Amino acid sequence: MNVRAWILALLLPVMAQAQGFAGLGTTAEGFAVPDPAYRLTFPADHGAHPTYRIEWWYVTATLEGADGRDYGVQWTLFRSALAPEEREGWQSPQLWMGHAGLTTPERHFSAERMARGGIGQAGVIAAPFSAWIDEWRMAGPDFDRLEMRAAGPEFAYRLEMEARGPLVLHGAQGYSVKSADGQASHYYSQPFYDVTGVLTLPGGDVAVTGEAWLDREWSSQPLSEDQSGWDWFSLSFDTGEKMMAFRLRGGRGDFTSGTWIAADGSAEPIPDGRIVVEPLREAEVAGREVPVDWRLRLPERGVDVEVEALNDEAWMDTNFAYWEGPVRVRGSHAGKGYLEMTGYE
Amino acid sequence: MRRAILAALWSHWRRHPVQLLTLLVGLALATGLWSAVQAINAEARASYARAEAQMGGAGLAELHAPSGVIPLATYVALRRAGWQVSPVLEGPLRHGGRVFTVMGVDLLTHPPLPAIAESGADIAPVEALGAPGRLFARPGDAAALAGRDGLPPVVATEAVPPGLILTDIGAAEAVLGRPGEVSRLLVLPEQPLGRAPLNEVAPDLVEVAPEGRADTARLTDSFHLNLTAFGFLSFAVGLFIVHGTVGLALEQRRGMIRTLRALGAPLGTITRLVAAELLALALIGGLAGLALGFLLAGLLLPDVSATLRGLYGAPVEGGLSLRPGWVASGLAMAVAGTLAASAASLGRLARMPLLAGAGSRAWSLRPRGWRMMAGAGLVLIGGGVGAIALFDGLVAGFVFLGGLLMGGALLLPPALALVLRLAAGRARGLVAQWVWADMRAQLPGISLALMALLLALAANIGVGTMVSSFRLTFVGWLDQRLVSEVYVTARDDAQGVAVAAWLETRADAVLPIRSAEIRYAGAPLFVYGIVDHPTYSENWPLLDALPGVWDRVVAGDGILINEQLARREGITPGEEIVLAPDWRMEVVGVYSDYGNPTGQAITALDVLLRHVDGVPNQRFGVRVPPDRATALAQDLRAAFDLPPRAVVQQAGVKAQSLAIFDKTFVVTGALNVLTLGVAGFAILTSLLTLWTQRLPQIAPVWALGLTRARLARLELLRSVALAAMTAVLALPLGLVLAWALLAVINVEAFGWRLPMHLFPLDWLRLFALAIIAALIAAALPARRLGRLPPAQMLGVFANER
Amino acid sequence: MTDAPALLSLDDVAKTYPGGRPVLQGVTMRVAPGETVALTGESGSGKSTLLNLAGALDAADAGEIVVDGVSLSGLDDAGRARMRRERVALVFQQFNLIPSMDVAQNLAFHARLAGREDRAWTDEIAGRLGLRDHMGAYPEQLSGGQQQRVAIGRAMAARPRLLLADEPTGNLDETASEAVLDLMLGLVRDSGAGLLLVTHSMAIARRLDRHLHLSRGRLAPVPAPEST
Repeated sequence: MNVRAWILALLLPVMAQAQGFAGLGTTAEGFAVPDPAYRLTFPADHGAHPTYRIEWWYVTATLEGADGRDYGVQWTLFRSALAPEEREGWQSPQLWMGHAGLTTPERHFSAERMARGGIGQAGVIAAPFSAWIDEWRMAGPDFDRLEMRAAGPEFAYRLEMEARGPLVLHGAQGYSVKSADGQASHYYSQPFYDVTGVLTLPGGDVAVTGEAWLDREWSSQPLSEDQSGWDWFSLSFDTGEKMMAFRLRGGRGDFTSGTWIAADGSAEPIPDGRIVVEPLREAEVAGREVPVDWRLRLPERGVDVEVEALNDEAWMDTNFAYWEGPVRVRGSHAGKGYLEMTGYE
Repeated sequence: MRRAILAALWSHWRRHPVQLLTLLVGLALATGLWSAVQAINAEARASYARAEAQMGGAGLAELHAPSGVIPLATYVALRRAGWQVSPVLEGPLRHGGRVFTVMGVDLLTHPPLPAIAESGADIAPVEALGAPGRLFARPGDAAALAGRDGLPPVVATEAVPPGLILTDIGAAEAVLGRPGEVSRLLVLPEQPLGRAPLNEVAPDLVEVAPEGRADTARLTDSFHLNLTAFGFLSFAVGLFIVHGTVGLALEQRRGMIRTLRALGAPLGTITRLVAAELLALALIGGLAGLALGFLLAGLLLPDVSATLRGLYGAPVEGGLSLRPGWVASGLAMAVAGTLAASAASLGRLARMPLLAGAGSRAWSLRPRGWRMMAGAGLVLIGGGVGAIALFDGLVAGFVFLGGLLMGGALLLPPALALVLRLAAGRARGLVAQWVWADMRAQLPGISLALMALLLALAANIGVGTMVSSFRLTFVGWLDQRLVSEVYVTARDDAQGVAVAAWLETRADAVLPIRSAEIRYAGAPLFVYGIVDHPTYSENWPLLDALPGVWDRVVAGDGILINEQLARREGITPGEEIVLAPDWRMEVVGVYSDYGNPTGQAITALDVLLRHVDGVPNQRFGVRVPPDRATALAQDLRAAFDLPPRAVVQQAGVKAQSLAIFDKTFVVTGALNVLTLGVAGFAILTSLLTLWTQRLPQIAPVWALGLTRARLARLELLRSVALAAMTAVLALPLGLVLAWALLAVINVEAFGWRLPMHLFPLDWLRLFALAIIAALIAAALPARRLGRLPPAQMLGVFANER
Repeated sequence: MTDAPALLSLDDVAKTYPGGRPVLQGVTMRVAPGETVALTGESGSGKSTLLNLAGALDAADAGEIVVDGVSLSGLDDAGRARMRRERVALVFQQFNLIPSMDVAQNLAFHARLAGREDRAWTDEIAGRLGLRDHMGAYPEQLSGGQQQRVAIGRAMAARPRLLLADEPTGNLDETASEAVLDLMLGLVRDSGAGLLLVTHSMAIARRLDRHLHLSRGRLAPVPAPEST
């Protein structure tokens, strides 16, 4: 999701007034630009791309505890470049930010980390894969077997993830278009992780199992000027099929896109206009109205589902705040998933 | 009607402009001294608050390295172990004869920095965070730095304290030439679960709780306390002047007011108009006082800020700003003071009968009241003593102080009357008898002025003794504690061992300075380990000790604790303290440890090493003949490539400490002279007041054959004698005041007691000053008397009914 | 006695100072408009007290005092002050000028206090009292006679209905006394006010329309000239 770029631009305290969303620039200013002709190569592309302005490693996991309750976990490492280069020491233009979230049916925990590039406090190595910021990390011998951990003042988690399917490239061979104006990103996912692990909560440790979905995306281009926020869904159906869908809300009309992933991992892009989303219920979260239940339809696949938040209060209380939490899916297809929403002021 | 009454009241001032001036000057002086002190205090406090708020990180614990330098790798290791810390790199930058402090922070992880957020500068993140970065400094400082080559661009902002250059740590590394170094780490408020213990990640770092650090506020409080006490005393002295002048003015207008009433002016209207007149005068005097105070504060503030910055590291700007609260409180004090000082006179006016017998009662303290005054004085002193005996705390200390001063002042006139009566009884010769008797007659009128002089002198002696005692103790303490000629700090333990070995043959003795922070009674306690060397037994200042104290300490058989710990926990020598479950030691002595807010203890080094692991071994005191200290320091730096700060010569440290300390006295001294001046003015006022009543007393003596010149000389003599007696009586009061400040107020406020030193030469100087003040004050009336036309003397008889 | 309304009337007035013997007992007397009345008596006979009561400086214990048609017995402090301000004027033995005001200001003062200053009238009085050359002087710079002339001028400038004078020439030598008395009587007669003058001088008393004598707090027959 290229659009997440503006989180970084906004939340760095020193930047706050110097550079708002618009300040990110309407051009790439020397940064590399996503290229439809580029073919992703692994493991190299699991690593960082410092010549691009914005990049992330984004994991969401839907989990079930030994106590029979549902849980959700988020682990995200953002990279934001002030200039298209890497450099040793404090004055490296590469900035890193970590977000961790843990959602239970009753509570939602979040934590945030910041780091400068160039001193080793945060970074990503492609192989053997390792991504870290402070003591948070996601690492393993390769991209298919990862251990992921994070902690905040009131929570911690430690999960083992093992991939049961192939990587999924979104858009055209991983070139994902984000607006009618042509803004795009390089975007692939690993949606097939099986997860086991332990959550540490104020009430004690809980053993969990479940599934995780990892998104990898990098770009240099911002949203279109009229786009104010987005609603993003990653859904895993009981049939083994999966679906990524997003809607970018814009003054000139919404832009929707997504990927249909068959149980075997074969993927098909869903062009603009095919996915129909409508809010069913709004909840007051952190002083604003946020739609937490949705109806999502993809007629060509016979999908007509209701998506319902596990916990309305899944608010990421970070410097730039947004809603991110696990959902249950009912209707034509049953399953679980994750929902992310930004731009609800 | 009101207009006519006001015209009559005002005509008095027009005919007696000196009286009006006296009243206004008295009010202005009182308000001025008071508000100057308030302005200085407020400005200084506002400066700290601003500095703390803008620099963030206030009240956070910190990680420090004993060597003073934390490698960048240690910061990253801590972060990767879960420690939420933010690095700060600090160092001096010399430019144009000034020393700026460069403070580099990680702008990304540091607590919010209003200093930069409020800078209003349009800085892109890449400019602040990338190379070469940006420096943030006050406009004046920014201008001073502008021409310097090799510096990143400087952004001028009012939000940064003076003398400080705030910047990103990346830019600070380059400006200071210290890549890969961190001075200290702020421990951020939110720490995650499962964080690794510090001794596993960075065993050489110590976590310093916020209250363990040299707390600016706490230390500077002692300074402000002194200033505030001074401000109150000055105000009290000024109010004596106001009281005197208002009383005089009303007494002199007693006849006029009776006439006004006879002509049909209602008493209520007159009383209200007099009150309104006083209010107006209070406002005028108060405003003049505010202007004076502002000027005075502006003159003193640079010294104050130098003191605070130097002594306590508290940033205070040299500039003064006009605060509405300050103006309001200054005027309120002036008005309240005037009304309080004139309440009795106004009350007398309101109760004044229209048809009293002839003859006006002189404004004065009546002799009949002396026994009552003495009683009241004793009650006040008794109340003060009772307060300190029954209650603890700073408030009780101040009640004691207030009771002592006011009680002492009330005792003065009865005491003087007693002295004069005894003297008159022994006087031989007619003139001598007359002089003594006349002084007694004069006493009621001049008592208030003498009380003001007494208070001013006592305050001078008290505060002067305290400050001088403080200085002497501080100097002695420096001499005792900074015994070694050279102090060296190695980078790490390994280098420490090498340094010690290197020094073995080159120095008379190498004394390791090794300490560990443990917790005792819920607070941090720093335990130092020492080796057997006469340096300690010969120089260390002990307040209380058991026999053979040093032998027992080096034998590992006892422990010394500092005064703060002893007072806080009520420990006396001979008691046993438990430092850890398996570590009990007998306290064999208590030593003074000025300015240190935390507990400290000294025991044998091997005892310390046996009970605490990983005690750093990096600091040493080196004993060497003083003439070789400089050469040795240079050799040390060269041999181990140590930075200048790591090798310090004792002589330099002492000189610097004293120079800073002496700045304090500039302020104290200036205030001393001012209060004395105010007291002198009070005497002048009283003598002028008495002037009209003096004539009938002097005329008969003149008629009996004393020349006017002789009378004038006697007049001077009388004034000097009264001032001298007051000064003599002020000495014990001042000493008790000093004792109270040192042994009561200081202990209550800061936890340590200062030994009292006496400075008889200072008393002599003060005595001389008091005499001079009295002489100057009496000179004007005496001169008038000397030149008085005989006809006016005769007129006394003519007017006498 | 005439039937014309009296400017001052006392009926059976008594006054006793706390703890002391009665100072005045059963005093009844009148002063008519334009009439000048002298009051003599030995020291302590109560003549100053009577003057204080008539001048509303003090309140009587018993009896009725009416000044210019207003009864004093019902008045409080403020009411008596108003009487003094507006209807009565007093001239004292001690002059009681305001020392910090010059002659001009002192002359005009009572009239100003009463809110009826008349510059022409004050100026005329100053002329008649021979004070024109001293208008800028302060009381301490004047002789006793001059000061008393200022006091009389101050009283007359306020156009009182009743002038009360307490030994106005007591502090003056004989020549000055004569001059001051002449001026005062002249002014009173011209203004039509009543005058009650306390004096111990029979010579002065004889120059007035009527002569009353107090003895031990009671009105008594005027003693024969030989006895004074």
